[in-house]
Amino acid sequence: MTTSQNPEPQWVSQMAAVAQDQDRSAFAELFRYFAPRVKAFLIKSGADRSLAEECMQDVMATVWRKAHLYDPSRASVATWIFTIARNRKIDLLRRYARPEPEDLPWGPEQAPAPADVIALQQDSARLADALDKLPAKQRELIQQAYFGDLTHSEIAAATGLPLGTIKSRIRLALERLRHSMT
Amino acid sequence: MTDIHHTAPDDLLMGYATGALPQAFDLVIATHVSLSLDARARLESFEAIGGVVLEGLDSTPVAEDSLERTFAMIENAARDDIPAPSFGTFPTPLRTLVGGDESAVRWRSLGGGVKQCVVHSDAHGTARLLLIPAGRAMPSHSHNGTEMTLVLKGAFRDEGGRFARGDLEVADTEVDHQPIAEPGEDCICLVATDARLKFRGLLPRLAQPFFGI
Repeated sequence: MTTSQNPEPQWVSQMAAVAQDQDRSAFAELFRYFAPRVKAFLIKSGADRSLAEECMQDVMATVWRKAHLYDPSRASVATWIFTIARNRKIDLLRRYARPEPEDLPWGPEQAPAPADVIALQQDSARLADALDKLPAKQRELIQQAYFGDLTHSEIAAATGLPLGTIKSRIRLALERLRHSMT
Repeated sequence: MTDIHHTAPDDLLMGYATGALPQAFDLVIATHVSLSLDARARLESFEAIGGVVLEGLDSTPVAEDSLERTFAMIENAARDDIPAPSFGTFPTPLRTLVGGDESAVRWRSLGGGVKQCVVHSDAHGTARLLLIPAGRAMPSHSHNGTEMTLVLKGAFRDEGGRFARGDLEVADTEVDHQPIAEPGEDCICLVATDARLKFRGLLPRLAQPFFGI
């Protein structure tokens, strides 16, 4: 499920290159890694291949357009791209726009400390390891939930997940952002 | 963002993260998360699992011209604006739907000074704004399914405690409760309910297809 070498910090710098310099080769690297996974996610979620391809291109174009809004102290690049893919999928399924939480005002002046970014990315890798170590049945259940295959009551039974560390980390990042706003 | 005492339970946040909730509940969660740091941190941690799931998937080959096509889409697209902090009573997801803040709401009287405005309704649930005059009690009601009440202005009390701006009360099957608005300020809430019981009458209206996003 995961590779032994965590590629995450690399993706963070690719995102920064896209955000700051509109760097096409950095975007192409992100595309080569994430586009086939986003397409797989959409197919697992019930889209046929041509819809998944079209929707994936749309998701990746959104990654480019929103790159400057990505906050690496709050989410891994994979998590951030997941949220874009999920929202796009729901918009397509429902044929109208899904309500999303208000974005926090986020820009270069609130740039996170490099240590916070590294800490969050490490926590994301640990979360991946923790999920990898779950019994196969539980892991499959979680995957199904994220493909949209579970009902709300089935999800309620699956919420007991190892989230403590990453939750505290995100909370700290949000506190920092709030203080920078006031 | 103030200190919120009653935040969304994990099942609803994970439901939002996975996309399993009806639109009416999505609206309440998105609005609540806009006001609650704690709910946002928990939602984003459930989304972190989504990131792990995405990264763990086997790659599906993309079309040969996939990257070129994506670059072509990018050529024509402006970058998204950095969001500005919002002001007023309604956080962005609600304001977008209503088409403005409090003053844009087209209230309908329910009697006794209580007013409502349905902001979303489909086969799976209904979301409406409810205004309870200061000091006034809502008629006692019970419900099948789930009812989510998010306070946007003022405060109310009921069997579950005191609920002020940003607080979310989730009441499940057969809970009987009677919210009373605190004196001093009218209380405005966003309320979402499952369609299972009282809102069945709304279904025929929704048979028309929705097109466009």
